[in-house]
Amino acid sequence: MINAIRRIGSRGIDTIWRAGAMARFFWLVLLNSGMSFRRLHLTVREIYFAGVMSLVIIMVSGLFVGMVLGLQGFETLQKYGAEETMGVLVALSLVRELGPVVTALLFASRAGSAITAEIGLMKATEQLKAMDMMAIDPIARVVAPRFWAGVMSMPILAALFSAMGIFGGYIVAVALVGIDPGVFWANMQSAVDFRYDIWNGIIKSIAFGIAVSIIATFEGFDADPTAEGVSRATTRTVVTSALTVLAIDLILTAFMIRGL
Amino acid sequence: MLQRLYAAAGVNEVIEENMDRKTIDLWVGIFLTLGFGALLFLALKVGNLGSERTGDVYTVEARFENIGGLKLKAPVKSAGVLVGRVTDIRLDADKFQAVATLSLDKRFGFPKDTGASILTSGLLGEVYIGLEAGGDDKKLVQGDRITITQSAVVLERLIGQFMFNKAAEGPDKK
Repeated sequence: MINAIRRIGSRGIDTIWRAGAMARFFWLVLLNSGMSFRRLHLTVREIYFAGVMSLVIIMVSGLFVGMVLGLQGFETLQKYGAEETMGVLVALSLVRELGPVVTALLFASRAGSAITAEIGLMKATEQLKAMDMMAIDPIARVVAPRFWAGVMSMPILAALFSAMGIFGGYIVAVALVGIDPGVFWANMQSAVDFRYDIWNGIIKSIAFGIAVSIIATFEGFDADPTAEGVSRATTRTVVTSALTVLAIDLILTAFMIRGL
Repeated sequence: MLQRLYAAAGVNEVIEENMDRKTIDLWVGIFLTLGFGALLFLALKVGNLGSERTGDVYTVEARFENIGGLKLKAPVKSAGVLVGRVTDIRLDADKFQAVATLSLDKRFGFPKDTGASILTSGLLGEVYIGLEAGGDDKKLVQGDRITITQSAVVLERLIGQFMFNKAAEGPDKK
């Protein structure tokens, strides 16, 4: 009994300790991010690995999600004779919610896990220590470029996801259901507001980008320097990112709706 | 054997890295262009940024006893065609009237005696302001006030009135 309580206590302390360590790590990354802009090719290279390599999965899933939304929306909307507003349904759900969230989840599992594994392996093979010995700050040289690359890639990927999704919805609406393209776009344009819908979606995707990138780099930096430790850290990245993204989404949505 | 393998891999990596530089730049360039293209697409084709005309408008005021569910940015229509939007709603504290500011497209000039009424498209549709053009020769200009207005029909009040009337005439019929 006492042991059980003790275990809960140690778990709690561990969680809080990790949260604090992550916050300090975040601060350190921000302080040391000068190099990732002065030597921009470091960041560009990481944008290639985090962003460009995620392009295919993001665009294909965006297309599929958009088409599914179109089909499912049609099922329900035709009961009310409102098939014409399908464009509104697809665009609003993608731009406001699904675009940023699904992109963040995919990004965490595609790029976040890779970042964690890479940094974790660098730690396990003592490359980070070697850099430290050569008076190169591993946070400035290794972590910060990856962090900024993730932060920059996320909004772009989310925008691409939404755009592809709307294109998928357009295919379903126009080619399959037979809605007039003009009506599809006109209804969408009159319902989607740039400031409230699209801009809020962009803000969300930036927040998710920061969260996923800092979690991925922190877990890699914090990983036990063993094969097992790296694998555990990679798993933790995906799980923690997913939970954090959804939690942040709830908070941001609550604020954005109230602000409306 | 293993060491040679590593060495070979290492050498290849170095060559690859040098070759990659230009390719990476190209791909990141494509990526960023695609991304901004998608953002532009969202803003202009999906959102209302493209259709928002802010330059060539003139604003007029309309006073209502009750605006019902009228919201900011609600459309202003004449004969069912969109001619402007509601840009401001406030309360005149002296007369306790709602003052709605309408910004209308400069292309459409309306006579001075144009009437404004708050309407609903369909039973549950959006609330908008309908303009009925009058016959005056003079046109509405910037800052003018629309004097002929008709307030919103508040459904609850209508039902309340109906029930009140029913109750009033109730005893006679029994």
